[in-house]
Amino acid sequence: MGNLAADASAAHPVLALDGITKTFPGVKALDSVRLHLFPGEVTALIGENGAGKSTVVKTLTGIYQPDSGQILMDGQPVQFPTAQSAADAGVTAIHQETVLFEELSVAENIYIGHAPRGAFKMIDRRKMRDDAARILTSIGAKIDPMVRLKDLGIASRHLVAIARALSIDARVVIMDEPTAALSQKEIEELYELVDHLKAQGKAILFISHKFDEIFRIADRWTVFRDGQFIGEGLMSEVDESDLVRRMVGRSVDQIYPKRAAVIGNEVLKVVGYSHATEFEDINFTLNRGEILGFYGLVGAGRSEFMQSLIGITRPTKGVTRVGGDICVIRSPADAVDAGIVYVPEDRGKQGAILDMPIFQNVTLPSLGRTSKNGFTRMAEEFALARTYTQRLDLRAASLDTPVGSLSGGNQQKVVIAKWLATKPRVIILDEPTKGIDIGSKAAVHDFMSELAAQGLSVIMVSSEIPEIMGMSDRVIVMREGRIAAELSGDALSPETLVRHAAGITAKGEAA
Amino acid sequence: MTITTTDPDYSPKTATTTAGRRIPDRLTPPMVRAIKSWESLLLLVAVGIFILNSFASPYFLDAWNLSDATFNFTEKAMIAFAMALLIIAGEIDLSVAAIIALASTAMGLMMQAGFDTPMIVATGLMTGLICGAFNGVLVTRLGLPSIVVTIGTMSLFRGISYIVLGDGAFRGYPESFSWFGQGYVFWVISTELAIFAILAVIYGVVLHKTNFGRAVYAVGNNATAAMFSGIRVARVKMILFLLTGLMSGLAAVCLTSRLGSTRPSIATGFELEVVTMVVLGGINILGGSGSIPGVVIAAFVMGLVTFGLGLLNVPGIVMSIVIGALLIGVIALPRLWQKFRRG
Repeated sequence: MGNLAADASAAHPVLALDGITKTFPGVKALDSVRLHLFPGEVTALIGENGAGKSTVVKTLTGIYQPDSGQILMDGQPVQFPTAQSAADAGVTAIHQETVLFEELSVAENIYIGHAPRGAFKMIDRRKMRDDAARILTSIGAKIDPMVRLKDLGIASRHLVAIARALSIDARVVIMDEPTAALSQKEIEELYELVDHLKAQGKAILFISHKFDEIFRIADRWTVFRDGQFIGEGLMSEVDESDLVRRMVGRSVDQIYPKRAAVIGNEVLKVVGYSHATEFEDINFTLNRGEILGFYGLVGAGRSEFMQSLIGITRPTKGVTRVGGDICVIRSPADAVDAGIVYVPEDRGKQGAILDMPIFQNVTLPSLGRTSKNGFTRMAEEFALARTYTQRLDLRAASLDTPVGSLSGGNQQKVVIAKWLATKPRVIILDEPTKGIDIGSKAAVHDFMSELAAQGLSVIMVSSEIPEIMGMSDRVIVMREGRIAAELSGDALSPETLVRHAAGITAKGEAA
Repeated sequence: MTITTTDPDYSPKTATTTAGRRIPDRLTPPMVRAIKSWESLLLLVAVGIFILNSFASPYFLDAWNLSDATFNFTEKAMIAFAMALLIIAGEIDLSVAAIIALASTAMGLMMQAGFDTPMIVATGLMTGLICGAFNGVLVTRLGLPSIVVTIGTMSLFRGISYIVLGDGAFRGYPESFSWFGQGYVFWVISTELAIFAILAVIYGVVLHKTNFGRAVYAVGNNATAAMFSGIRVARVKMILFLLTGLMSGLAAVCLTSRLGSTRPSIATGFELEVVTMVVLGGINILGGSGSIPGVVIAAFVMGLVTFGLGLLNVPGIVMSIVIGALLIGVIALPRLWQKFRRG
């Protein structure tokens, strides 16, 4: 990285990490890493899961203390012994799953911990509300500051988190996968916001797995791999394959591994599924060995429909046929019996039981097979768990470790392994690669096409166009709770997908 | 998005298609884990108290005295086993003492009506089961928080008992009925101690060795993910409320038999001692973790402390202070130790 020395001297970094090392029992999470953040510039931090990105964020925000090395602000060594001290120094983070307070109002969320005070040090609620409204307006968010947070959608919550960062008057803003839960239109708005922050001279650390985003928004890049600093430089001097190679230390072929599948007989037929508020009149069929994509904007009712299909919410009407026979599914237990399984989008809440060991997570829906007369048999459980986790190339210290200690990608592998172990006929994957690293993503995609080739029917709900295009045999586009289009072959293109999903005739005009 | 590379050093093959590496079952052997566990610490405390007691009073190390001491905890421990499962599953039942009062009252009514021991015992157990069902339906069908429901039924059940009995009491249970609370099955082993031992084994096996026990842990750790995994969460919780009710009915049989009478104030404050026993046994009050061996040891610890202080003529009110301090101390110690080690 010799050509960078001259460049680095031109501008002084607001914040720098020098030789930071952080060790956890058995793992060196960070091994003498460096990082430089410059005023008015976006630095993309790139690396696979387990590369040490989250550890860096936690070090910068005072949650972890480094074992050795220095944090420098304006060239002066500083320490962040607490989260408060990092905030006081002007470092703020917007996390993957931002921690906010559901029962408090938007204004209270923005100002919690540093609310404007009036007489007798009481919170000046009027000033707080007005200030909150002003910040929200400045970032173009049409949110009432008095609304309770729980009444907002995910995208709006992100805006609240960003407004909070602005209210602290931060000098360094860390964005950890800020677009993971956003629709295309919302992502565009976020980009504008980042430009706005840059213009104010803030240094931004941007963490993302999506290369199109990184190239759209970042000025500089820094790559970590397995807790080590690999390199840094200007975005203008690299291309995607350079970065990917540095990131994984090998080349990952991101061409989707979709095989030409032999599509068989009808396995699942859904007729007239309707719900009072979420979706209406959903009809489709799914065949053996087929991957059926469900595309749509966030809030189009895809997840709600899938959860109704497996018996979590009751539809007002609608019939499910599995292999020709009518199936009444009133609970997920019924769905498992019918051979329909669902890998939810929200891994931490719905997918995995984070505090329980890997093997117990995998065998949970298959206990009937690993047990005898209702008594558990450890050896059988370990055998079943090993078979399926190993097929997915799970990386874990042992099968007895809690799922919560794994990286996002590996947690997802455990959840998928859990459902495959039930030997289903239909597997529904809801945003299966959301927030997981490229290596795990490729493993999931690869495995998905292998499963389809073996005759399993797959429904894949995804908001990523490349994933939908690359993996699906056929795509159903949903909009506002209804099926907007069913596309395959030549009719299937990024343009048609976006057009049907947004309900517009010309590309680019968001609905 | 498609990323291609022309670099000849890297083959365009995904690195993930190869078969996964072998993952070991566990890194810490079960024995090591057992030694480092909460239950081991608690066992040390129990042994410590035992040794302390044997020095403090010359009457302590006597088989019959020790046998007497077990009555301090056997009835509460019967309920504590079911309560442990209920708390692991993320619920709680504070009405258990009131269920004892109601079940004991119902047994008294049957006795007065002239029924003999089998019918009296069956009535006690059935009353417990019905009370458990009532709690369970309110929690699982209406989705009410169990702490609120059972605080309500706590007043309700005991209230009924007061209406029936007023200031009075039922006396004159049949001779054969006294076997449950006053009888001995072998030498110094009382009927209650035998029931306690059998239940300890049954609950230990159910929680740690069956699919149902696994479901209890899953529900307590993450009820949503358990439901998504095909576990019938409401059914698991309903069964646990029924079990807790049934155990309260059983405790009512033993306690009524031991006292030989029923007053509406019977078993007052038992619910907190049961919860104390469960928490002392290392069961997470927020649900998700804990074990039956822990509860068994906790029962002995509480019994030994009460008995030891009794031998030293310490008044009851001081005993409750000691039990309270013990609970806080034993729970706080590991935390303090961790803080101390971190500096």
